[in-house]
Amino acid sequence: MISRSFREAATGAMAEPIGYMERTRRYYEAQGFGKAYTWAHFDDVPFTPLPKPVSDSTLVLITTMALYDRGASDVRHVASCSTGEPPVRLYGDDLSWDRTATHLEDRESYFPINVLNELVRRGRIGALADRFHCAPTEYSQRRTRQADAPEILKRCREDRADIALLVPI
Amino acid sequence: MCHQTVSLVARHLESNGIPTVVLGAARDIVTHCGVPRFAFVDLPLGNPSGKPYDRDMQAAIATAAIDLFETASEPGTVVTLPYRWSDDESWRDGYFKVSVANTDALRRAGEERRAARAHLRATGQVRTE
Repeated sequence: MISRSFREAATGAMAEPIGYMERTRRYYEAQGFGKAYTWAHFDDVPFTPLPKPVSDSTLVLITTMALYDRGASDVRHVASCSTGEPPVRLYGDDLSWDRTATHLEDRESYFPINVLNELVRRGRIGALADRFHCAPTEYSQRRTRQADAPEILKRCREDRADIALLVPI
Repeated sequence: MCHQTVSLVARHLESNGIPTVVLGAARDIVTHCGVPRFAFVDLPLGNPSGKPYDRDMQAAIATAAIDLFETASEPGTVVTLPYRWSDDESWRDGYFKVSVANTDALRRAGEERRAARAHLRATGQVRTE
């Protein structure tokens, strides 16, 4: 672990980023939930130097989308699927995303599998791992840290993944 | 919440020897948690890898995220990718909007949500590990 020190490489004039933590707090307060959510925070950030060039590495893609259209009563678990024949769409109706501004009809807008395959063809990435993984979005940080993250690590190792790209919606 | 989940997963993978990049749009959530490498795109939640059907933007964003594996040399590296949703910034106001107009609807939604959760707990339809 190394103490966190953010380095910024911003390009061009950009608007102030949206404060999602504050917006979420106000939204659930308006819904009558009494106690504000305590977001995960750590003073230290882990860092593993790249062991070999990306062009020699196997990359695993991790999403928070689901493989099927979950209902409210469906218990969420880590899921995995072949990158060789990925589903034509993934599902996120039970997740929070900006339904007023956009949609999830284009898989590449949240799951860049075609671009990654193209980067493999060009030799920019060594290979894609045989499977991609779906991380279940959880309010419980304990559940993510103690159950889901170790399970995803196990599957990444089974697939001999060297590096991981994580794309939440 | 998706951004927090992958931030926690990224930290776990990284701590166990797998370098990670998070590509996402909720900057405050990811940096509050702290991840090794973060490619930030200022797009609506739901389309972190580019506007729907904009193949040029999507290719540029994913490529920039991959580049970050090799350009980041210290933990907590954040790169802001220079892509905008539109010239009109009004989209920023829509997500989780709270206003006088939707106060009653939000209160009712909260009551329904709590009732649904209570039912799931009472019937054992929750994760137990």
